[in-house]
Amino acid sequence: MASIRIPTPLRAYTGGASNIDVSGGTVGEALMNLVEAHPDLRVHLFNDDELRSFVNIFIDDEDIRFMQGLDTEIAASDSLRIIPSIAGGGIIAWRLPEWK
Amino acid sequence: MTVRLGKLLRGRIFEQMEDTYPNEGGGFLLGELEGNSTVIRDIIQVDNVFEEEEQYHRYAMTPQDWMRLEDEADDRGLILVGYYHSHPDSPAVPSEYDREHALPNFLYIITSVEMGQANDMRVWKLRADRSVFDREELEVLEID
Repeated sequence: MASIRIPTPLRAYTGGASNIDVSGGTVGEALMNLVEAHPDLRVHLFNDDELRSFVNIFIDDEDIRFMQGLDTEIAASDSLRIIPSIAGGGIIAWRLPEWK
Repeated sequence: MTVRLGKLLRGRIFEQMEDTYPNEGGGFLLGELEGNSTVIRDIIQVDNVFEEEEQYHRYAMTPQDWMRLEDEADDRGLILVGYYHSHPDSPAVPSEYDREHALPNFLYIITSVEMGQANDMRVWKLRADRSVFDREELEVLEID
């Protein structure tokens, strides 16, 4: 079975485990099996059936977006890693004059 | 839950945020859990990779930054407990953009920088149902 490395903030939903072994012939199947086993992960990884835009899946050092996405085939020896994209931004201040 | 941050580390964040003004700046928080508190042990500055013309109100890191810092935290026996960023001329409260890109169980320290002066730091955490951020108590320690 391939393994998936869970990012630190989501380990609360895998009983603290940082690596989970999953079955599946593609990245999509492996992720579905992961969220079936750990259902609380789903809302943070998927928006309906689409991967959330800030969720990246890497196989070793390769981003699956530059491969075949969720259809990328995987082998039992593969190590997958879920990596959140960190992003943020302020509210334009003149829209909130009351904040002072 | 209380978040504990040493005065020197807070000073380093303020200094960095003032240096990057009028653009947003940020980095990762490495720490430990102690009972009901999270103690920040180190901060790691990370470059803003958002399109340059949007950096005045947007901040982003690469997935490679996350991998590198998560591995570093593991190697040092620490935890990647959160990240910090600035809101130039904007309040230290999470925006809708922040919420859409946030994860639960992760600290979001936001520093407001007004006219180049860092003047307000607040800590937030996303609820597990992703609906809203709750403000966490910040205790600034005299000793790091």
